[in-house]
Amino acid sequence: MQETLIEEPRTQIQKPTVRPMTEQLSAKMIARNVNAFFGKLQALYDINMDIHSNRVLAIIGPSGCGKSTFLRCLNRMHEVAGGLMTGSVTLDGRDIYETDAVLIRKRIGMVFQKPNPFPTMSIYDNVAVGLRLNGIASKKEIPEIVERSLKQAALWDEVKDKLDKSGVSLSGGQQQRLCIARTLAVHPEVILMDEPASALDPIATAKIEELIYELKKDYTIVIVTHNMQQAARVSDTTSFFYLGKLIETGETKTIFTSPSKKQTEDYITGRFG
Amino acid sequence: MSTEATYTPSLKFSWRKLWNRVMLGLCLASALAALVPLLLIFFYTISKGAGYLNLDFFLEMPKPVGEEGGGMANAIVGTIILIATGSSIGLPVGILTGVYLAEFGNNKFANLVRFMTDVLSGVPSIVAGVVAYTLVVIPMKHFSALAGGVAMAILMIPTVTRTTEEMVRLVPDSFREAGLALGIPRWKTTIQIVLRTAFRGIVTGVLLAIARIAGETAPLLFTALGNRFWSTDLDQPIASLTVFIYDYAKAPFEDWNNQAWTAALVLIVLISLLSFAVRFVTRSRYNNR
Amino acid sequence: MQTLTQQSSRQTAPLGTRHTNNGVSVRKRNFGDVLFKYTTMSFAAFVLLLVVLMGYEMYAGSSLSLEKFGWEFLTNTTWDPVMEEYGALPFIFGTLVSSFLALVIALPLSIGIAIFLSEIAPQWLEKPLSFLIELLAGIPSIVYGLWGIFVLVPWIRTTIEPFLSEYFEFIPLFRGAPYGFGMLAAGLILSIMVLPIIASISRDVLKAVPQSQREASLAIGATKWESIRIILMDAKSGIFGATLLGLGRAIGETMAVTMVIGNRPVISASLFDPGYTMASVLANEFTEATTSMYLSALIEISFVLFVMTIIINALARLLVWSVTKQTTA
Repeated sequence: MQETLIEEPRTQIQKPTVRPMTEQLSAKMIARNVNAFFGKLQALYDINMDIHSNRVLAIIGPSGCGKSTFLRCLNRMHEVAGGLMTGSVTLDGRDIYETDAVLIRKRIGMVFQKPNPFPTMSIYDNVAVGLRLNGIASKKEIPEIVERSLKQAALWDEVKDKLDKSGVSLSGGQQQRLCIARTLAVHPEVILMDEPASALDPIATAKIEELIYELKKDYTIVIVTHNMQQAARVSDTTSFFYLGKLIETGETKTIFTSPSKKQTEDYITGRFG
Repeated sequence: MSTEATYTPSLKFSWRKLWNRVMLGLCLASALAALVPLLLIFFYTISKGAGYLNLDFFLEMPKPVGEEGGGMANAIVGTIILIATGSSIGLPVGILTGVYLAEFGNNKFANLVRFMTDVLSGVPSIVAGVVAYTLVVIPMKHFSALAGGVAMAILMIPTVTRTTEEMVRLVPDSFREAGLALGIPRWKTTIQIVLRTAFRGIVTGVLLAIARIAGETAPLLFTALGNRFWSTDLDQPIASLTVFIYDYAKAPFEDWNNQAWTAALVLIVLISLLSFAVRFVTRSRYNNR
Repeated sequence: MQTLTQQSSRQTAPLGTRHTNNGVSVRKRNFGDVLFKYTTMSFAAFVLLLVVLMGYEMYAGSSLSLEKFGWEFLTNTTWDPVMEEYGALPFIFGTLVSSFLALVIALPLSIGIAIFLSEIAPQWLEKPLSFLIELLAGIPSIVYGLWGIFVLVPWIRTTIEPFLSEYFEFIPLFRGAPYGFGMLAAGLILSIMVLPIIASISRDVLKAVPQSQREASLAIGATKWESIRIILMDAKSGIFGATLLGLGRAIGETMAVTMVIGNRPVISASLFDPGYTMASVLANEFTEATTSMYLSALIEISFVLFVMTIIINALARLLVWSVTKQTTA
């Protein structure tokens, strides 16, 4: 626990030395020279990456390669687990580590590996809680937004008659979609998904993948997955991480058909990992 | 979307930040507040008690009213005798019950015993005194060290039982199997291998239980009663440090009040030594592994 | 707490009972084993019997008083050994009020401490701080009482009570002469004594809340405190259990209370006035009980105390168990 009493720690920041001009203009988020640590253990080495608007970026790699850690650096959740990070991450050109973490996390939502609805809250409250906390909607608007979020998460038809039931009474797949609805309700600009379907059965997985495809229209999505077929199905861009390093980024099609690095090819063809 | 406005904290947000700081600050404040009485109690016990702490305190008998000085030799010995009496009843019962629960405890009867042990640990110590009174003092028709020991045994049993059970359970099954595979009967395996392995853990429980009863006063008030004279007889009332503190604290003599503080200091040191012993025992157990 | 969850993980039956060492029969058991099992079992049975016996002894010991006063014993406000009239209400009142006061003071502080230890403090601070707070639980009751008489009570008399009566006299709780000894002193000292119990169990309960809940709330833009609020909702029943355990301790606490509460069997609205608790009357009057009716009435008080603490503790343990079980499962 590195947190100090009042605030989460200001992570040490290195200004990016180079900021290329033209191609980054469409980038929603830019990560530069990101190094991440757990105590003395270094988990990420000098990651540079651009994340483009209204696209799905998939991050793949064997387990322990740092892909989840990188994802958590993008909305300052890495520091919650007690990690340290150097380098810079920007959202719309502003360094997120120079803005309040609470504001950042509202704009960059996250869906976790294991569905984690709040067990003491009803389905309705699970979606509404973010709205209430952030105070972004008036009392009248809340029911409307809850309904819209649940519809967007393709869960509305299944739960509309039992909104007052506990969130944990749902099946695993439904719980995960509830968590997605919870994230959507606060209307983030970017959604980070950390292996959102790894705890789910194939049918629930298919539903989540469909959902990701739908959400792309309105949101920028980064999804971490160890399932290569899933990455190929849902993403526009794919990044391959290995041993804490970003090996290669490119159009998904290109990565899966003609990767430029040998390690990527080995992983994709199943020679390791 | 990406207007500057989204970066400028709204009034509501400033309020949330402020509230966050206030509440987290209050949590820190309550942690600090808890330390205040602790420090005060230690400060007063040491500053008021240390002045009268000398060899006489341990070697001399209490002086009659009006005479300064004197010690609590009889109370110190009395406390030790009471602990020994309580232990000689409480430890066998507690340890063997704990062994039963750990080794054969997968049935309803054992669950009931566990529940009753928990109930017993919640029983106020004064109630244990009342029970010892009805069980021992009434039949014997007088107060006695034995009655005090019975009350203390009742208070020891839950702690000893629970730690013994936990510690015996920690012994891996492979140890038991190894013993059985050598053709050693189960009961010998349990005693010679399982209990020996769990020995340090059980000692921890015993020390914890002793630390608990060493500071008890209420169950002694109408069992062991107290005694201003030298007595080591189990059949007679016996002095104890805690009852002495109680009597001397209520007394209208400043000299006695001061001796009460000294006795409190001795008691706290005794209990601290016991808990340090617990730490020592538990730590060296981990070092051995 | 752990024992119940662990027991299913190990099968005890197959060991040793399947074969004897000469392999004669599946059923035949070693005589020593049988003896060992039943010896230990008899001690376990003894513990069981002990609790039953305790209840019975107190029930039997209070038969005189039970017969004479019946249920009125609990509602009668007169405690008069000379006229042989005994009613326990002033003591029940004193016990409940002092314990309640202790909880009112200790509960918010304990929850604050638990939150600080489990959610805020860095690890290097958490361990020593937990140790210090547990140290508070290890100080004998008699030392609290001694400190109460010579430090706390004078301070209450000269500082707290004059302050309260000057600014809050419109509340009946804070009226009357500042004696120092009284309900307020008892409540304060009890609050210090139950604080470490409630705080350390609540800390364990909070720590048992999965990390994913913290992350989930932070990820939707909750502040640290808002995230803690959500975690507190998860931990509610466990903290309630911890509070009940603290209440059980407060109700049975004897020495410290006896030394500061003033020991007068009156029911007064003011916290400045002296009171009396069930445990204190036992401590003070048990050796003075000259008649069998007097003794019987006192034993009945201890019986009532016994039953109260059993109910409270059983409830508390069920609550704390259910919480910790959920997370281990």
